[in-house]
Amino acid sequence: MLSAPRRRERLLALIVLAVLLFTPPLVLVADRAGTVSWLPLYLFLAWGLVIGLAAWLLEGPPGSTRRPRRE
Amino acid sequence: MRSEPVILGVAFGYLALLFLIAAWGDRRAEQGRSLIGSPNVYALSIAVYCTAWTFYGSVGRAAQFGPSFLLIYLGPTLAMLLAPFVIRKMVRIASAQRITSIADFISARYGKSSSLGALVALIALIGITPYIALQLKAITVSHAVLVNYPEAAELRLADEPFWLDKSFWVALVLAVFIILFGTRHLDASERHEGMVAAIAFESLVKLVAFLSVGVFTVFVLFQGPGDLFARVAATPALAERLGLDAVPGGATGWAGMLVLAFLAFLTLPRQFQVLVVENVDERHLARASWLFPLYLLAINLFVIPIAMAGLLLMGGDADPDSFVLTLPLAAELQGLPLLVFIGGLSAATGMVIVETIALSTMVSNQLVMPLLLRSRRLHLGGRGELAGWLLGIRRVAIVLILLLGYLYHALIGDAYSLVTIGLVSFAAACQFAPAMLIGMFWRGAHRRGAALGLIAGTLVWAWTLLIPGFAQSGWLDAGFLEHGPLGLAWLRPYALFGLEGWDIYTHSLLWSLAANVGLLVGVSLFSRQTPLEQTQAALFTEALHPQLLQSSLWHGQTTRGELGALLDRYLGSAATARVFADAAAGEEEDAAAPASPAQIARAEQALSGALGNASARVLINSVVRGEALDLESILSILDTTSETLEVNRRLEQKSRELARASEELRAANERLRELDRLKDEFVAMVSHELRTPLTSIRAFAEILRDSGELPEEKRRHFLDVVVKESQRLSRLIEEILDLARLESGRLTLNPQRLDLVALTRHSVDAVHHMQEDRGVALEVAIEVEVAPVVGDPDRLEQVVINLLDNAGKFADEAEPRVRLSLVRHKNHYRLAVEDNGPGIAAEERERVFEKFHQIQRPEESPDKRRGRPRGSGLGLPISRGIVAHLGGRLWVEEAPHLGGACLIMELPQAPAQTP
Repeated sequence: MLSAPRRRERLLALIVLAVLLFTPPLVLVADRAGTVSWLPLYLFLAWGLVIGLAAWLLEGPPGSTRRPRRE
Repeated sequence: MRSEPVILGVAFGYLALLFLIAAWGDRRAEQGRSLIGSPNVYALSIAVYCTAWTFYGSVGRAAQFGPSFLLIYLGPTLAMLLAPFVIRKMVRIASAQRITSIADFISARYGKSSSLGALVALIALIGITPYIALQLKAITVSHAVLVNYPEAAELRLADEPFWLDKSFWVALVLAVFIILFGTRHLDASERHEGMVAAIAFESLVKLVAFLSVGVFTVFVLFQGPGDLFARVAATPALAERLGLDAVPGGATGWAGMLVLAFLAFLTLPRQFQVLVVENVDERHLARASWLFPLYLLAINLFVIPIAMAGLLLMGGDADPDSFVLTLPLAAELQGLPLLVFIGGLSAATGMVIVETIALSTMVSNQLVMPLLLRSRRLHLGGRGELAGWLLGIRRVAIVLILLLGYLYHALIGDAYSLVTIGLVSFAAACQFAPAMLIGMFWRGAHRRGAALGLIAGTLVWAWTLLIPGFAQSGWLDAGFLEHGPLGLAWLRPYALFGLEGWDIYTHSLLWSLAANVGLLVGVSLFSRQTPLEQTQAALFTEALHPQLLQSSLWHGQTTRGELGALLDRYLGSAATARVFADAAAGEEEDAAAPASPAQIARAEQALSGALGNASARVLINSVVRGEALDLESILSILDTTSETLEVNRRLEQKSRELARASEELRAANERLRELDRLKDEFVAMVSHELRTPLTSIRAFAEILRDSGELPEEKRRHFLDVVVKESQRLSRLIEEILDLARLESGRLTLNPQRLDLVALTRHSVDAVHHMQEDRGVALEVAIEVEVAPVVGDPDRLEQVVINLLDNAGKFADEAEPRVRLSLVRHKNHYRLAVEDNGPGIAAEERERVFEKFHQIQRPEESPDKRRGRPRGSGLGLPISRGIVAHLGGRLWVEEAPHLGGACLIMELPQAPAQTP
């Protein structure tokens, strides 16, 4: 069973990842990748990735139970 | 299809459908079968974030500024990822304190300050009105486009009298509509279940409508996304707009917009309403944390394709805000434009409904009620009249807010495109973020700091965004934009303190938040909180604390009669009955009895739900003598608990370890008792086993001694018995000795290299005769030529014979069969002996190796067992001991061939012989 602190840590890591993906240094890289800007495509892919990871994490990753009921 | 009556009919029909859904939702809530008890509905209701601004404006912004429109949705995505840390806390606080709006939230945090609540309500009113104007404009424009196409949708708002202006009537219709289902009754929890159900439905409608246009554009107007983007790439002017260069302010503007959307998502009054106030179960947040971002992604998927298609097909002079409508109109479709219009209508009405309800709650609870209570003009005659007052105030507020929105739209709405107006409101809502977020995590944040920060931030916002907007629509001389007021260049609104080259929103956000946060933190560091504010600050920052129980913290004194009268006056008798629900039946009538602390707490909560925190506090204080709230004790609880929590955690860990250790001890004790029991049994068994042959020996010996004239035949027989019984006795004693030696480790073995195959054959020969006598069919399957092992031949033979003997005893009664096999398994040899008896249950399998353990076979009657050789119960333990001494194993399995028990002896292969 995944303990609550572990889930918090993973969620925090996901937030850091999302911020990195959505902010300038990486955005600039995607923008200058080719002759035509790939920025929109990159943004949608990164967005989808973050949502997928969040869903996986919050709906209970394999080997864990659902978030226990709050006291 | 596009005639005026059809469009009006469809629009009103849609509004009527919404009303039905809302009424149905309210009915279900009253019956206790809530429609909105699902995390999916919660996520959809949050999608009220996507307004007409998203529906029409995103395409416009994408056409002008490239992918920057996505930032408006990436910010909320980040905020929703943070939901388990931030929004959950807000929900917890709101339900504990009966928070009704964001103004109420901030006012409650800073010591239930009514002035702070009023300030927030006022700022919200000023800041959000343009946003409502934007929705009215969207409805009017989309209607005009739909009716007038292909002619341009001419709208000269200010020129015609207002009664000819459609948006005036739109505002009025919406006002009536919102009054009908937003203020139907006064709910103690200030929840509107029916409204939430309707909003969730609207979210579905706008998503379907937008996706339909997207699919139509990409797959009907073009041959799929590849075709569309190939044509965009071939047009350099369009391809440029896909990149970061099209974003105002470049990388800085990008980051600024992300922060703006992130903060606004949490602080916009309507978002606070659906996220926090209307939340029915905080566990819904987990699903919404990813489902709502997914909704945002879906509704934005086709924005860029539609914008690019519009630019390609419509030419440069068409209004990009209307592409969603004009693209299907240009293709001469009939149904799709109407669907789009309904989608836009639902986006706009959804926003207006929730925003207006949130604002009207603030206006009635934070602005009007405190004034009425203070001026004592409020003459409440009968019981529960307050509800009527409140609903009346809210209804008037709804009409006024919508008219204000119309006024803004009519006077300056033309100057801005849709997205621009929305962003001005976003920046205003962001001013609530410091007071709210810092207040939730820093206990030291002070009321004065919050108020000054809010005022300063709002002034900077007004100077850098709102007033320039007025100037651009021609109200003011626009000269000060260029040169600054009175020629003071450092005060230019778009380049404050000479900060130039930023986009106006990032610029405004930076300065306003700097002023806001700076004053909030700075003033708080040098101010002392009142006890009440200290308490509230502690309750907010420690909201996720599990041991926080509010109801026990009261110790003011009042009588039940006084409290009941107060509640009766303001909330009516039903609410009073709920508060006193826990009183025993006999006590109910006793008006002079003191009210319990829990009752006072519930009374204040009930009042808060209707009136807001600040007013409820004023009212409670008017009847409660003494300090209503035990501040000392709550602070000490909170301070000590954070320390004791850690201690507690360690203690818990220790006690868990202790519990585990004692469990182990208990098991060991059990085992010891069992062994003790076995030992007693052993002794009893041994005595019994020894006595039986001894008794018969003695009996026969006595017969022989006493009767001299026995026939020779009988004598021989008796002597035979004596000899046999003596042999049995000595065999038994030998076994017991063996066992004793095994257990004490003194068993002397004589290990030598030997061939297990030969030994097995020898053993089989030895028992063959005896087995045949008993009718046992013995089958031998030796699959190896030789099996070199190291062992004591005599002992091993004893083991094999014992196994065969045992199998014979337990084989099937009628047709006993035994099978012996010898195979090689890796570098071991396995000798398996199985029988076709009843087998051994899984839990019994280890116990057969215990001394004197004999499997109970209840189905077997004693007389059936007769004639069957009984074991002493020592054979298997001894065998196992011997095999273990030789480095092998002996265990029981299910028989693979015959279905009974299977005993397997495994011995390691002897190392290769060195010559």
